[in-house]
Amino acid sequence: MNNALEIVGLKKTYKGGFEALKGIDLTVKQGDFFALLGPNGAGKSTTIGIITSLVNKTAGKVAVFGHDIDEELELAKSFIGLVPQEFNFNQFESLITILVNQAGYYGVERKLAHQRAEKYLKQLDLWDKRNNSARMLSGGMKRRLMIARALMHEPDVLILDEPTAGVDIELRRSMWDFLRKLNKQGITIILTTHYLEEAEMLCRNIAIIDNGIIVKHTDMKSLLATLDVETFILDLAMGGPKASLSGFCARQIDDHTLEVDVRKSQSINQVFTQLTDQGVFVQSMRNKSNRLEELFVHLTGGGASGNSDSGNTVSDNKTPSLAQGDN
Amino acid sequence: MSASVNRIALKSILYKEVHRFMRIWVQTLVPPAITISLYFVIFGTLIGARIGQMDGFDYMSYIVPGLIMMSVITNSYSNVASSFFSAKWQRNVEEMLVAPVPNWVIVAGYVGGGMTRGILVGLIVTLISLFFVDIQIHNIWVIMITVCLTSAVFALGGLINAIFANSFDDISIIPTFILTPLTYLGGVFYSISLLPEFWQGVSQLNPIVYMVNAFRYGFLGISDVSLTVAFGVIGIFIVSLFTIAMTLITKGIGLRS
Repeated sequence: MNNALEIVGLKKTYKGGFEALKGIDLTVKQGDFFALLGPNGAGKSTTIGIITSLVNKTAGKVAVFGHDIDEELELAKSFIGLVPQEFNFNQFESLITILVNQAGYYGVERKLAHQRAEKYLKQLDLWDKRNNSARMLSGGMKRRLMIARALMHEPDVLILDEPTAGVDIELRRSMWDFLRKLNKQGITIILTTHYLEEAEMLCRNIAIIDNGIIVKHTDMKSLLATLDVETFILDLAMGGPKASLSGFCARQIDDHTLEVDVRKSQSINQVFTQLTDQGVFVQSMRNKSNRLEELFVHLTGGGASGNSDSGNTVSDNKTPSLAQGDN
Repeated sequence: MSASVNRIALKSILYKEVHRFMRIWVQTLVPPAITISLYFVIFGTLIGARIGQMDGFDYMSYIVPGLIMMSVITNSYSNVASSFFSAKWQRNVEEMLVAPVPNWVIVAGYVGGGMTRGILVGLIVTLISLFFVDIQIHNIWVIMITVCLTSAVFALGGLINAIFANSFDDISIIPTFILTPLTYLGGVFYSISLLPEFWQGVSQLNPIVYMVNAFRYGFLGISDVSLTVAFGVIGIFIVSLFTIAMTLITKGIGLRS
């Protein structure tokens, strides 16, 4: 199978000397669902910017489906659909105009572009808004508009930079389904995201970038298999006896909450057996944090958010609120 | 990419540009019509009648070509400057930069959009002038070639201005402090032969003198400069500005980090 994307020794030093990329190598296979993770400022957007020719590289090679961007830039670009992190369409144009014009830049005739615009606007539940000015859309609608726009020339590889930032959980899940369908149709998907749950649920392969260096480049299963300890939170029945676990590192948070670290060599069954013997009843159980998040924190030296209990987001205080919706 | 892909991309940029200024026609097409009507009333009818003849023509007939050209220059320039800078500012210029659109297509699309507005405004102004004066035409081809080439020069100028601009102020500085003085001193309202010899020489450094005079030749058959020299100067400007615009976009100045 061909590589959808091949990056070798990619470096980027911005004016002023900031070294955003220090020579990264990255390969994404055709048909893959690939996650590029990293804390803010790690180099994710710079990498995407170079692939899509929005950022000039300092050194290295980038090839899209075997076409080097130094030698066949226009051909390489024709394979890519980009959903950027920031809204970058003309806010004063209608949705249909934005989509049809974008298709035109890729050589799609207007008649065909109108047909595709109808198809994608309907699929992304924006058809009713087609003649509205883009500035009138909610944040979630704007994100979907950018996905529709990226698909207008039917690209072979779709690159999404934080596609679900700022959308509510319901819409986020519907976007995941949409992306899964696209991937099943054969479109290679490369995703950067703050939501580690999103990466874990969607992506087969992953690269973690930190400080301009790829610190991990592997498949999701292998990566998660390296996790040695998982922490579970057990909600205990009120009024029961005090729990004590031998062979496990456990912490009684309060009268009805127990936190237990379970090593890969251990079984959660042993926890339940001991608790049952002591007359302690477990009402419910959950992971303290997303498994990928724990690895991410480990690999990036603490790049995840401080409150891991809130779960599933990386890095910073820019993480959007789930309440930001699509009204 | 193939020629048909480039053709469709060029059409799309042109469509986008024309659609933009037509959508806001109250801002783009009406003001020059009002301004020029005022020029005709004040300088033509009221003051012009007292000035008498200029180079053998009544003053109104003399200034009409210059006023049309002034509108073409201003509108070609400002259309591209504001449209391209807005695209930079809203970042929708990235829609073109990530697509397989060759740089010359981007330049041609924006310049074509600016030329379309400039020429359309020129036509509107010409139609308005018919209410004030009987326009005579000496050579229609000179008129058409001059208006097309001049609008191309200033559309390219507007593009270069927008590429360098970092704020909306930056796209108003050049028109205010350079373009307007050059236009007013470019022989729109007077024949440069009326100036003292020294200032005639200085005026010959002003490219707008050549454009206005070539255009006036098309209407009246008179010019302060040789037509060959005029077209030569316009041609040099087009080639130079196109080369500069292409170099800037290829290097990504103001567009790529």
